[in-house]
Amino acid sequence: MIPFDYQRATDADTAVATVAPNPRATFLGGGTNLVDHLKLGIAEPELVVDVTHLPFDRVEPLDDGGLRIGAGVRNSDLAADPRVRVRYPVLAQALLSGASWQLRNLATTGGNLLQRTRCEYFQDVTTPCGKREPGQSCSAIGGYTRNHAILGASPRCVAVHPSDMAVALVALDAVVHVRTREGNHAVPVADLHRLPGEHPEWDTVLGHGDLITGVDVPSLPFAETSRYRKARDRASYAFALVSVAAALDVADGLVRDVRIALGGVAHKPWRARLAEQALIGRRAVAGEFRAAATAELADAQPLPDNGFKVPMARNMIVAVLSELAGEERRDETT
Amino acid sequence: MESDITLTVDGTSHRLSVDTRTTLLDAVREQLGVIAPKKGCDHGQCGACTVLVEGRRVPSCLMLAVASDGANVTTSAGLASGGKLHPLHTAFLEHDAYQCGYCTPGQICSAAALLDEAAAGSPSVVTSDVAGIPALDGAEIRERMSGNLCRCGAYVKIVAAIEDVARARGL
Repeated sequence: MIPFDYQRATDADTAVATVAPNPRATFLGGGTNLVDHLKLGIAEPELVVDVTHLPFDRVEPLDDGGLRIGAGVRNSDLAADPRVRVRYPVLAQALLSGASWQLRNLATTGGNLLQRTRCEYFQDVTTPCGKREPGQSCSAIGGYTRNHAILGASPRCVAVHPSDMAVALVALDAVVHVRTREGNHAVPVADLHRLPGEHPEWDTVLGHGDLITGVDVPSLPFAETSRYRKARDRASYAFALVSVAAALDVADGLVRDVRIALGGVAHKPWRARLAEQALIGRRAVAGEFRAAATAELADAQPLPDNGFKVPMARNMIVAVLSELAGEERRDETT
Repeated sequence: MESDITLTVDGTSHRLSVDTRTTLLDAVREQLGVIAPKKGCDHGQCGACTVLVEGRRVPSCLMLAVASDGANVTTSAGLASGGKLHPLHTAFLEHDAYQCGYCTPGQICSAAALLDEAAAGSPSVVTSDVAGIPALDGAEIRERMSGNLCRCGAYVKIVAAIEDVARARGL
């Protein structure tokens, strides 16, 4: 690990003004990803600016009935918040699906969004990787690809985004607030992360030194019937092979509204808009769910080791929506 | 680059100078000589380094000591008070909830926090109704302890030991 200076930021504008002009400066949140990257040699900053003491550590109500989540709110605190558990169970479950309790106690909302891929080759500095070193080839292509993308990948990168929380936030149409040198910006979480294209080194649309200050989750009453399901290689404490975040609104047996997002399948949390559009106005039954999931996955391009992800994603969408439809029916009869 | 910090570890306050690259784990073990927390993977994946900071369980190997300035740290050793073992220590002994013992201080700290989290009503991902109050059964304990690996495989007895203490506390 190369030596670095450490500063504890006391206000956001100064933190941004310090990091933005210095390409070797970085923000420190919970540190669960960055400190690991320091050890692995993936990150080599000369200046670390600790933003965990900025006043973005609260969950506050929005006028529309939604919630504003401070960027510094720890994952465990957000998952335990009664408002999140009642109004957005999909978000609480996604948070609780990620990492371990110890890690969630450190990990922040902003840092969770900006965590980097766990692609084995990205994390191994002895192998070429175009995400780590711009211009290098992708070692996963032709290598071990069990955990990699089936949607939206490029010849430069087949890595997937590792966050569970972000998948739920994308399904909920959450919006990220960003402080830059030019002022404040709002970016839908669905537009925050990029597909790799020619530039896998850019995970997000943010510029260097842009600081996430919070995330707004808009009111969505039918999200009280929502769920996050995650398939992984062990029962707990592992990254997703495939995950599904979904919320369902059924009236008279027909789908009035639906939200579906997938994790573990692409370079970004994947909002399944094709499936959603296919379901509006259709009967809330497994056959319709299956047709919609099949439509979403029609363009999937699995790699040699991850062909199983296509039926896994399809089956998980069907299962989660069927369970939600069952809950809706129970609610109507009670 | 050196920085002066203050750490309170198991009730004793220390002033020390740390390299900014030093983790909280290394500062506590190597500089303060408190060796209850262990270094396993050093990447936050095994839980051996788990300590309580302000009562919350955290992986001390992923925390920079310089960022922990002013922290109040409790290790498994500090959970014992006045020569008296913590109920979890006793339960681990009674259940033989270890073989080599290397992961045990992390398991104990994690379990101590688990009991507080459950008492506060915090759900886990296996809680059937995430908005409800979880009942601390074996499945809940296994999920909540999944951040602590035991290469000897003493899991069955670890869960039994924690379950005993949970019952005694009415959880």
